[in-house]
Amino acid sequence: MELIWLIPAFPVLGFVLLAALGRRIGDPGAGALGTLAVVGSFAASVAVALTLAQEPEGSRQVTQTLWAWIPADSFQVSFGLLADELSLMMCLFITGVGALIHVYAIGYMKGDPDYARFFTYLNLFIASMLLLVLGDNLILTFLGWEGVGACSYLLISFWFTEPANASAGKKAFVTNRIGDFGYMLGTFLVFVTFGTIDYLQIDQAAPGVSAGTATAIALLFFLAATGKSAQLPLFVWLPDAMAGPTPVSALIHAATMVTSGVFLLTRLSPILEAAGWANDLIAWVGAITALLAAGAAVAQNDIKKVLAYSTVSQLGFMFIAIGSQNYVGALFHMITHAFFKALLFLGAGAVIYSMAHEQDMRRYGQLRRYLPVTFATMFIGWLAISGIPPFSGFWSKDEILAGSFQVQPAGQLLWVAGIIAAVLTAFYMTRLMLMTFAGGTEQWRTPAAESLPEVPGDDHTDDHTDAHAGAHDDHHAHHLTPEHNPKDAPVIMLAPLVILAVFAALAGLLNLPFADQLHFLDHWVEPVLEGQSGLPSAAVQWGLALVSIVGALLGVWFSWRVYQQHRVDRAKLEQPVLAHAWYIDDSYARVAGGPGEAAFQGLADFDHEVVDGAVRGVGGVTQQAGEAVRGIQTGFVRSYAFGIGIGAVALVLFAVVRMSL
Amino acid sequence: MSGPSVLAAALQDVLIEPAPGFEVPSIDWAGIAPNLILMLGSILLLTVVSVLKRRVPSWFAPVWTISAAVAAGCAVVPLWQRFADTGPETLVGGAVGLDGFSLFATVVVCIAVVFVALLLADYLPRESLESPEWYVLVLLSASGAVTMASADDLIVLFVGLEILSVAAYVMTAMHRRRVTSQEAGLKYFVLGAFSSAFLLYGIALTYGATGSTNLAEIQAFLAGDVVTQNALLLGGLAFMLVGLGFKVGAVPFHSWAPDVYQGAPTPISGYMAGAVKLGAFAALLRVFVVAFGPAYRQEWQPLVAVLAVLSLVVGAFAAISQTNVKRMLAYSSINHAGFILLGVLAASAAGTESALFYLLAYTFMAAGSFAVVTVVGRTGEHRQSLEDYRGLASVRPGLALVFTVLLLSQAGVPLTVGFLAKLYVVTAAVESGFDWVAVVAMLTAVVSAFMYLRIVATMYFADAPEGAPALRIPAATGVALGLSVVGVLLLGIVPGPVSDWANEAVAQLVVAAP
Amino acid sequence: MSNPLSDFLRDYLTVGIFGSLGFVLVGLLLFIAWLIRPDRRQAQKYIAYESGVDPIGDMWSQTQVRYYIFALLFVMFDVEAVFIFPWATQLEVFGWFGLVEMTLFILILLLGLVYAWRKGVLKWA
Repeated sequence: MELIWLIPAFPVLGFVLLAALGRRIGDPGAGALGTLAVVGSFAASVAVALTLAQEPEGSRQVTQTLWAWIPADSFQVSFGLLADELSLMMCLFITGVGALIHVYAIGYMKGDPDYARFFTYLNLFIASMLLLVLGDNLILTFLGWEGVGACSYLLISFWFTEPANASAGKKAFVTNRIGDFGYMLGTFLVFVTFGTIDYLQIDQAAPGVSAGTATAIALLFFLAATGKSAQLPLFVWLPDAMAGPTPVSALIHAATMVTSGVFLLTRLSPILEAAGWANDLIAWVGAITALLAAGAAVAQNDIKKVLAYSTVSQLGFMFIAIGSQNYVGALFHMITHAFFKALLFLGAGAVIYSMAHEQDMRRYGQLRRYLPVTFATMFIGWLAISGIPPFSGFWSKDEILAGSFQVQPAGQLLWVAGIIAAVLTAFYMTRLMLMTFAGGTEQWRTPAAESLPEVPGDDHTDDHTDAHAGAHDDHHAHHLTPEHNPKDAPVIMLAPLVILAVFAALAGLLNLPFADQLHFLDHWVEPVLEGQSGLPSAAVQWGLALVSIVGALLGVWFSWRVYQQHRVDRAKLEQPVLAHAWYIDDSYARVAGGPGEAAFQGLADFDHEVVDGAVRGVGGVTQQAGEAVRGIQTGFVRSYAFGIGIGAVALVLFAVVRMSL
Repeated sequence: MSGPSVLAAALQDVLIEPAPGFEVPSIDWAGIAPNLILMLGSILLLTVVSVLKRRVPSWFAPVWTISAAVAAGCAVVPLWQRFADTGPETLVGGAVGLDGFSLFATVVVCIAVVFVALLLADYLPRESLESPEWYVLVLLSASGAVTMASADDLIVLFVGLEILSVAAYVMTAMHRRRVTSQEAGLKYFVLGAFSSAFLLYGIALTYGATGSTNLAEIQAFLAGDVVTQNALLLGGLAFMLVGLGFKVGAVPFHSWAPDVYQGAPTPISGYMAGAVKLGAFAALLRVFVVAFGPAYRQEWQPLVAVLAVLSLVVGAFAAISQTNVKRMLAYSSINHAGFILLGVLAASAAGTESALFYLLAYTFMAAGSFAVVTVVGRTGEHRQSLEDYRGLASVRPGLALVFTVLLLSQAGVPLTVGFLAKLYVVTAAVESGFDWVAVVAMLTAVVSAFMYLRIVATMYFADAPEGAPALRIPAATGVALGLSVVGVLLLGIVPGPVSDWANEAVAQLVVAAP
Repeated sequence: MSNPLSDFLRDYLTVGIFGSLGFVLVGLLLFIAWLIRPDRRQAQKYIAYESGVDPIGDMWSQTQVRYYIFALLFVMFDVEAVFIFPWATQLEVFGWFGLVEMTLFILILLLGLVYAWRKGVLKWA
């Protein structure tokens, strides 16, 4: 139990060593060192988890106070780590999936001039995330929260230093600041309400809080969560996040960062329980996000961007679960999603690696012949995310949908929204698989100009791709020639894929719905969670599951018709008819530099004026005020002396007159 | 009779024991050892360099200075033990205090001296200004700062202030080839003399009203008697506040600060932000919180509140419109002064403790930040504008990271010492009932964060200009940068020992003369 | 009715009356002189009075900068003297203590002189 501190200590140590010596160790020593640090952290997590599991249920909470951090009288904050069922579960999959991504990155980043720096950031990222989940109070979690944010900017901008993209970086910064604002206000409100910011004490005090206060706190922390976990309206940064090296995308989208919002709300479930309508809001924001993002994913051609929207959509599912107070469902889906999304991202990375860093799916096709291992593993990931039983995604998604079904009021509506999003998920993932691995023709064999139809606004995409490529042209050639013969990535990249594929297939075992003793996850996290709502009766669940299976198959089938058999013109699906419904997609596309910019110039302008304008406006107003103050500073000694004299006279008069009154 | 014996007889005549009315003060040499070390270090260094025929090697003066500062810091240790055992004392006839407050301040001054010596060691050769006088003046002004921080008497305080200031005036003007440096020195001198006159007048009025210049006696007098010449006393208070407010760079007595910080040789700017501010704030705390605190708190708190709010607002808003980074830091130092004034304003043990902690924190942040400006400025210090920081992250990632940490600390981001320093002063102000000033402080922190982030964004998001001369980080400067970042982070993560120390330091501040 | 402020200000009233009387007196005398004196303007009368010698050159004449250093050294010893005279009158009261203190004071100032000498300030060239 005393070993809790080791969990974050390993990556911190790795970070320090790499920062100090990384350049000297070089390639691949730095990668090995970084990986070792995370593996060590994973081992520590396992050890602590095993010890904790031996404790009797209900007393599996250990706080390890390392030192008193802010020892003010009225406001005591300790640097303490809280190990309980929830935080350890998070640690296990953060370090587990994180370690696999590290291994993968050893191969992926090979030959990069900033190899060591990359692993330095990765370790810092993991350390921040562990601090986020292990902190025993809101401030410490906030530190991790900020650390994760800072690392994500560093990693996104790793290859992304072109000035044109600086505004995108700024946007990520601003949206996250808005979320932080919610976090800080929420923390303040918690402190005012409970007189403490320690989770354990909050948990004890939470049942006595008034509904209004609980709602306010819940809304503020939900605002924070929408920032980090990329929900409406603060999701705009996530497409930027996929511009970094692929292992980073996997890390951000799967194991860390985006899950922090879900984690935070789960941590505060005792408050959410009393929060009334805030829960409905959370569920509906989640549902709308899931729908809109799934729709957006349908129209993307960049393989990583499809996955990016998919993440937003899947996170929407988790928020549906939280809003329906089905925290176990949210956690379950978080875990399975971590496995299959990491798998899919790393698989996409392997494809990109094999295709000379081409990310456009329209230039893929028939790759299953060349990349058998990548195809096989991604195939499992596809089955998992599409919700095909018995793969993991089915079980977790089904639990969320079942939980949402009986929410009052309008739970059925929530369920319908979820099902539609699930169908869309199956559709766009099948599309991704078909365009990449099947589709009948090897698109890159024909020259680019012919194979790519002219789409208005497409040049915008190219700008970004080129800028992106230009930044690292020296080490990653961006020349996909018709003669290119792709082959599978090296073993060091494939091994993590295989391991993740196994978990993506089997993670459903954590919480099978058939019998109570199969609810391992339920039983494990039960003591932490307050107000976990039950699920509908078995019969209803069976019915719902059947519908969702049929829905998933429908999505797959329709996608097959469009992208394999070409029975339906794909342009009909990806063109304005569908796209018009999702204005927000193109706002996305505009932000990330996707297609369709011209068609939605008006919307783009709105985004430009309002979002950017707000950013500039704040700075502008303060700057103008500053100019006014600056005018006083003339540079003449006499005017300075005059100012001092005036000040002195005023001060003396004030003092003397006050007295004589 | 021969000549010598006549002289001896005359001496015998004159030099009897002192007359009965005059009491020779007993000087506890051990008790003022740190200050003596600094002062003697300065005088000996001057002697050595003026008596030795040959030029001393260039490493000699910085090494000497650092040794003196370290020795003075070490001399604090036994004194602290003594303070911990027997409580605060007053030495040299009630003129000099030996208490936790003065010892803490001494250590901070020594840290500032080490930083400036490290920076000067690289800066002076680069600018071809090498001469040992810089170090003489640094040690001399450090002695002045320590004198101010340990003064138990207004006259001693004034002497300390003059030692500190005159050395600072000269150092400001000592870059011979930069006109701005000399202009700044002259401005600083003229305005400084102007404000010293205010201080002196304030001391005179206070003496007139209370009949003493000794802080403990003033305190006792105010506690016991109804002051009939109240206007005299309040006038004295206000004038002293003007004089000391000038030294700390509080608005409206701040106008010198931007020009002087910008014009002075950059390492000296950092030193002024650390040691000179410390001396002035220590004096402010001793005079106002200790001597006038118990009885006259209500009278001066509104005045200080006004100064604090003005400093916070003007410092923050003026800083963001600057395009010169050094000048930005100058304005931000005004903003920081506003924060430290919150600690003074609180007029409580917690307030004094928080002010001390803030001063320590700011010494690290200022030394490091101005060190970065020194490096980026390159020979001649021509590159100080925000433009010159474009793309620093791609040219010198380490330097950019260091500057980022220091700026974030100044902005008050958690895990850095700046956050805790701000938290402490704001908490202290709130506990003393100055909620509205605390709110203003937090709002200005947001405003000034914009400025700090603007520098960070310039370093990270903008392109490095073509053809800029290469950037070299010399060894000693590198050490200083490393120390400042380590200090900022270490104090930010594990502040316990130091803040406990500050807590013990202010437990009991001034004792009456025996 | 003894407001401390007005008590305090009353002390200054004397100073004020005295000061304004002075102004009035001087002004009165100048006014009388203006009334009764003859007024014949000549060019010679507008030349600056230099004890009978005709003034030459500009009023803003420049001085050799070296004098500045000498002036500084002079001030140093002048200040020293300012401290030594009152000290001398009280030497019997202070005794040995006073002697030691003054010796230290002079030694430190002497060090300044030595420094100036070593820096070559005392040489004119």
